[in-house]
Amino acid sequence: MRHETLARSTATPTKVLPMAPSGNPTYLQISNLWKAFGDFHALKDVSLDINEGEFVCFLGPSGCGKTTLLRAVAGLDLQSRGMIRQGGKDISTLPPSKRDYGIVFQSYALFPNLTIARNIAFGLENTKRPKAEIEARVKELLALVGLPDQANKYPSQLSGGQQQRIALARAIAISPGLLLLDEPLSALDAKVRVHLRHEIKELQRKLGVTTIMVTHDQEEALSMADRIVVMNHGVIEQVGTPTEIYRHPRTLFVADFIGETNKLDARATDSNCVAFGKSELRCALHRFETDQSVIATIRPEDVIPHEAGSKSSDTGNLIDVVIGEMEFLGSFWRTRLRGEKLGDEVLIADFSINATRRLGLAEGGSLTVELPADRLLVFPRGGGHGSSH
Amino acid sequence: MAAVTDTLMPSGRLPRQHLDRDDMVKRGLMIVISLYLIISLAAPLYVMLSKSFSTYSFDLTAYEFQVSDAAGNFGQTATAATLNDRLSLLSPDKLATNADGRLAATSFFPEFSFRSPVKYRIRGTTPDTAYLIGSDLHRGTEWQELDSNTFRRVALRSSRSTGLDNYISYFSTPSLFRSVQNSLFIAVISTVFTVGIAFGFAYAISRSCMRFKGAFRMIAMAPILVPSLLPGIALIYLFGNQGMIRDVLFGTSIYGPLGIVIGSVFFTFPHALIIISTALAISDQRHYEAAASLRASKWRTFWTVTIPGARFGLISAAFVVFTLVITDFGLPKVIGGQYNVLAVDIYKQVIGQQNFEMGAVVSVILLIPALAAFVVDRLVQKKQVALLSARSVPYAPKPNRKFDFYCLMWCTLVAIFIVGILLVCQLAALVKFWPYDLTLSLKNFAFNHMDGGGWGSYKNSIQLAALTAVFGTIIVFTGAYMVEKTEGFWKGRAVFHFLAMLPMAVPGLVLGLAYIFFFNNPANPLHPIYGTMAILVVCTITHFYTVGHLTALTALKQIDGEFESVAASLKQPFYKLFAKVTVPVCLPAILDISIYLFVNAMTTVSAVVFIYSADTALASVAVLNMDDAGDIAPAAAMGMMIFYTNVLARLVHAFLSRAVLARTQAWRTRG
Ligand SMILES: Nc1ncnc2c1ncn2[C@@H]1O[C@H](COP(=O)(O)OP(=O)(O)O)[C@@H](O)[C@H]1O
Ligand SMILES: [Mg+2]
Repeated sequence: MRHETLARSTATPTKVLPMAPSGNPTYLQISNLWKAFGDFHALKDVSLDINEGEFVCFLGPSGCGKTTLLRAVAGLDLQSRGMIRQGGKDISTLPPSKRDYGIVFQSYALFPNLTIARNIAFGLENTKRPKAEIEARVKELLALVGLPDQANKYPSQLSGGQQQRIALARAIAISPGLLLLDEPLSALDAKVRVHLRHEIKELQRKLGVTTIMVTHDQEEALSMADRIVVMNHGVIEQVGTPTEIYRHPRTLFVADFIGETNKLDARATDSNCVAFGKSELRCALHRFETDQSVIATIRPEDVIPHEAGSKSSDTGNLIDVVIGEMEFLGSFWRTRLRGEKLGDEVLIADFSINATRRLGLAEGGSLTVELPADRLLVFPRGGGHGSSH
Repeated sequence: MAAVTDTLMPSGRLPRQHLDRDDMVKRGLMIVISLYLIISLAAPLYVMLSKSFSTYSFDLTAYEFQVSDAAGNFGQTATAATLNDRLSLLSPDKLATNADGRLAATSFFPEFSFRSPVKYRIRGTTPDTAYLIGSDLHRGTEWQELDSNTFRRVALRSSRSTGLDNYISYFSTPSLFRSVQNSLFIAVISTVFTVGIAFGFAYAISRSCMRFKGAFRMIAMAPILVPSLLPGIALIYLFGNQGMIRDVLFGTSIYGPLGIVIGSVFFTFPHALIIISTALAISDQRHYEAAASLRASKWRTFWTVTIPGARFGLISAAFVVFTLVITDFGLPKVIGGQYNVLAVDIYKQVIGQQNFEMGAVVSVILLIPALAAFVVDRLVQKKQVALLSARSVPYAPKPNRKFDFYCLMWCTLVAIFIVGILLVCQLAALVKFWPYDLTLSLKNFAFNHMDGGGWGSYKNSIQLAALTAVFGTIIVFTGAYMVEKTEGFWKGRAVFHFLAMLPMAVPGLVLGLAYIFFFNNPANPLHPIYGTMAILVVCTITHFYTVGHLTALTALKQIDGEFESVAASLKQPFYKLFAKVTVPVCLPAILDISIYLFVNAMTTVSAVVFIYSADTALASVAVLNMDDAGDIAPAAAMGMMIFYTNVLARLVHAFLSRAVLARTQAWRTRG
């Protein structure tokens, strides 16, 4: 059953793709791409359209094929089957030098023996431009990436974050139509990383260059991308805006991989009802048959403490629980909830500091929580596509 | 999750990437260098191999004769074989000959007279049967009718057959077979001594806190800078018939196994030391600490930790030394006396008796240990890489007065041996006439009055070394770059890599001989380079190709593998990247390759001795020839000239390396 859904989704990709926010015309078109390393298939029938000026993140666990897909787009590792079109032109078998992109590798690959200025000028030097123009362009680029006074230093004299920006400046120096970034931030420490996220996003917006960034860091993808392509085991699980991906995961994998979620062993009872423990709750619409075993998910922040007297929109989805361990995580309390109605399941909920104070929540106390029906999603056991909006 | 195999990859062919100009150029260069290696190595070896299986003889059954009476009536047809049997003219061993053999047809007609009116007819029984009439080659089964005067000038040609005959006759010749035993004996004894001594030396340097380690390391490398036969000359001066301390040997002659072994230990010592030092450096400190914490005695630790840790290195060193000794011919030539060894046999067979086929046989036999050494070395390298990647911690020795003292003694003894040999040569070169006139003079440096090519040969050597260093470095490094930094083209790269590794498995002597077979053949379009400096350069580059190739590969592997991708994405041709980044970053390795080629070109004898000509005499060969002619003091003097040249080259290299490092300090270290 899962197979069918998967096959359907990959065979008709355009139908399930949400429109890109920009609504721009398609710039890069990847159709039915396969990549085999011997018997192992690193990419399986991957299809994807990327619009002009869009910032797309390939997100997925390590080894899922993100780099392989990026390198196929760059022509560095030719795909085994399938087609890639860029700007309306079939580039499937063009060598890298005949394609139009700038690339930043995880290692930055800066030339150690050339100064920063000469690194950035590397792509400009045989274009018959006058020297002064090249110099001006380098200066402009250095200013653009916020390192105006480092021109005469060598790469090893810069910090990791600075090297990253130089690699970026070198890649965009020739004004490529496509910018490819392979885990550009993963070698940096957390603070620099967060800072650079904004800078790169800013720069991309300013230049309007279509950009693909590979990352395994969901926060990075959520905060930077116009659209996220979630990959797993060589297939695309879902494509969508960060909010779509987060709010409406189409597979259990996506629900689980992005953010946190409660996974509850459940049973479908109706097309919009699900049962677990000793409760039967309304949930998002799904197409499982009655009594089929499923997984119901709900994010911790979607579990709402029910305040006595307040009027709930959804009184049917209330559960009485006992508060277990509470863990203070800065902006909220992560709380473990148990209860007769939950059966053996433990429900994790994130309660705001305000709510916790107002309701006087404390370990051992009891509470009624609401599980909003539209936030309670249902998926088949063992992955695959589930309920949706 | 293995279930996602519902859709299968559509069948069809793999797409092929369009090649851009860079790809073409890179592949083109790789193919050009491959061709170079094929012409300068694979083809000559192949020709030599086939030569060793070729025998030449006169096939008498292939010729038929008729003789007329005075009136011109021809009689019965008879083959040369029948005539030979009937008249018992030539015994079978007389029929064996070489590729160029000729046999007068008149041999079969004892009553022949060129004035007689009798006429002769000759024909072959096969279309390939060949004979000469005068200088015209005839073939085939047509009768040729000749008068007596012409028949006088008819000669049968030898025919070639393929088989193991050469090998059989080699192994059934007692004196030649004796050389195999001698060579094995010498090589085994030398290997045991060299590896033992080098192990002690390496152990002292890496595991003790003794002083003067730097000086010891430098002295240990000195033998690389001189031809292998130089220690032989020193030994003659020390222990020869008029030696300074001849009595020390109590009448044992230095000419023979004793001299060869001592000299071999001298010239193979640095090679063994390098390999064993690396092996010891790799051995893991944590192993040591484990042994120490188990309170194992030092002696036990040595046997249970040190030796097993270094065993790959020891095995590899043993094979390398064994091969160097068994394939070296300069040393036994100088000091071997009547003691025959394989390498000298080749030289004698080829240079002395012009018996090329037998030379080829001995060469093939010499290839066996060399190939074995090569295979073992490759296996060992792989194991050691595995050990290295296991995060070994360098061993930091702790002072131990007694142990450090013994180590110092050991290294001092070895250093005295090495420096002593060089000093004796120096003395021999500077003394007027040993042992009668001990005043110092430069008379022995007047090479122009001796055999061997005079100062011209020294100049030639410098030229050879410089050309080899320049062109060799360019070829080797370019080849390594192409093979390391090309995408795809797997088969081509595998072939190239194999060709680049092959020279290591081929002893110089064998290479030189193969060159004679291949290049000294008028049918070969490359024949014109025979006897020129060009062939010496080609031969020397090829001979020492592998080490340079590996050095370049190591350096190239340390460069970020994405540089080529970055350059391609920036639309820059690869040669820009090569010139602006790759070469500058690899400059230290490039300098190492060129000094290696220079030094070896100065000292090598084994390959070039077969292919130098009167115009291209070399210093290293001059040492050999002057010694052969009895001019031992000038031979020593020339040997020292080579030594000083190499020392100077090394100093220049050190200076350049330092300058490069200083210049690149800015980007190599964190500022
Ligand atoms: N050259 C290769 N040969 C064999 N397998 C490869 C090769 N490159 C990548 N793979 C495999 O393909 C899968 C996807 O790799 P990759 O695209 O690098 O993953 P990631 O998503 O972490 O970037 C991995 O399982 C990897 O082991
Ligand atoms: Mg990756």
